[in-house]
Amino acid sequence: MAASGLQSRGTLALLRVEQLTIPGLPSLSFEVGDGECLAVEGPSGTGKTRLLRAIADLDEAPGHVFLDGAERHEMPASQWRRHVRYAAAEPGWWGETARVSLLPPGSDEARVLKLVGDLGLDSALLDRPLTQLSTGERLRLALVRAMSDQPRVLLLDEPTGALDTASAALAEELIRYQVLAGRSVILVSHDPGQIERLSDLRLQLAAPRKAETREQP
Amino acid sequence: MSSYVVLTPLDLGLAALLILVNAGVSIAFRLGLERTLLLTTARMVVQLALIGLVLKWIFAQTSPLWTLLLAAIMISAAGYEAISRQERRIAGWLTYGLGTGTLLAVGTFATLFAVGGVIQPDPWYAPRFVLPILGMVLGNSLTGIALALDTLTGAAWRDRSAIEARLALGATRMEALGETTRRTLKTGMTPILNAMAASGVVSLPGMMTGQILAGVDPVEATKYQILIMFLIAGSTALGVLIATFGGVLLLTDKRQRLRIDRLVTKKETPAA
Repeated sequence: MAASGLQSRGTLALLRVEQLTIPGLPSLSFEVGDGECLAVEGPSGTGKTRLLRAIADLDEAPGHVFLDGAERHEMPASQWRRHVRYAAAEPGWWGETARVSLLPPGSDEARVLKLVGDLGLDSALLDRPLTQLSTGERLRLALVRAMSDQPRVLLLDEPTGALDTASAALAEELIRYQVLAGRSVILVSHDPGQIERLSDLRLQLAAPRKAETREQP
Repeated sequence: MSSYVVLTPLDLGLAALLILVNAGVSIAFRLGLERTLLLTTARMVVQLALIGLVLKWIFAQTSPLWTLLLAAIMISAAGYEAISRQERRIAGWLTYGLGTGTLLAVGTFATLFAVGGVIQPDPWYAPRFVLPILGMVLGNSLTGIALALDTLTGAAWRDRSAIEARLALGATRMEALGETTRRTLKTGMTPILNAMAASGVVSLPGMMTGQILAGVDPVEATKYQILIMFLIAGSTALGVLIATFGGVLLLTDKRQRLRIDRLVTKKETPAA
């Protein structure tokens, strides 16, 4: 399946996906360069989340994913995921407070607090019991967690899905900043306006039945 | 051994009347357990009677081969039991291999330790020593191992999004499952700690009771019981450790992924 508007940039591309095969979908090949945002579109159940998870190597998927020419299986999975970061639509938590997972020993506290502030959050939330945080607060904190160690690639699964307009705007601003800072972002979103505002490239995933007619040569 | 009283079939028949209490409860509250009760009672009597005869025969042989054969059957049965008790188990034969392999390891270790290092019967493989010790060790390790694996698979299922969040942030499988592993180890070791704390005060352990009833001096019976407790404690800890880390490896893969897809839920099967 060819993504509309995608052109090959040869070896310059930061993240290159080749013949990645996810059950129910034709194999996918595309590239996302430095400072580019690719939006993945398609109705629910077409495999957008599974695509992001496969790129992060969280699920088994035949095919290749390269980062700066290095295939994911050439390095330990934990190292790959430090560079290629998946942020789930429903983020998981451990510990009593967000501090446990946002500020593990050795993390850059100043950067984390800056990101927390950028998303319009009070840093006191870090020490409040996770059960007392709203869904939107947890979603934004998860976004901070995903970005705080500066991964090369961000795989964002509906990062603003549960946010109000003002919070979503701040989150979008932060994502845009990540792109401007040279990161590659793959964004799954159901908001056409957001896709319009953030993405340079688009990948349309069709329902499996239709997709059969659009296989790559 | 003058105090040893031989039980007659009539004595056992008298004791069997107590099952009527169970039957009475089942009938009064319409629990529908009468059939199961009849079958399990019959099963218990037949199994125990058979093992009595088998043990008598094997003790008379004092053959390492027959001892080994019965030990192998006991270990396989325990391995199957350890896995089939779980709500969610890891799919495939590997999980039975893990259960049986763990019990084989701890059963061999504890039994050899007891007959080789402590009791030193002649010959060392005397089935009268080897088989009861193996049985005690298996029965108790089985409880710890089954509980540990059940805790592990249940916690992995419940906390899967947290575990995957850690993996996505670059944690290894051992790091991501670190808290789950600790909780699993603790849960698996709790029953034996409770048993040690309660033994002699709240409960007289079964083995000791049996020995005392069979006419053994209580102090001698107690010494054996203490030995058995240590054997059980050590082998349970070892078994829980092997089963937990083996379980973590089966629930994940080399690419540090959580393989929740390998879990299958226990099918609803009515007892007996």
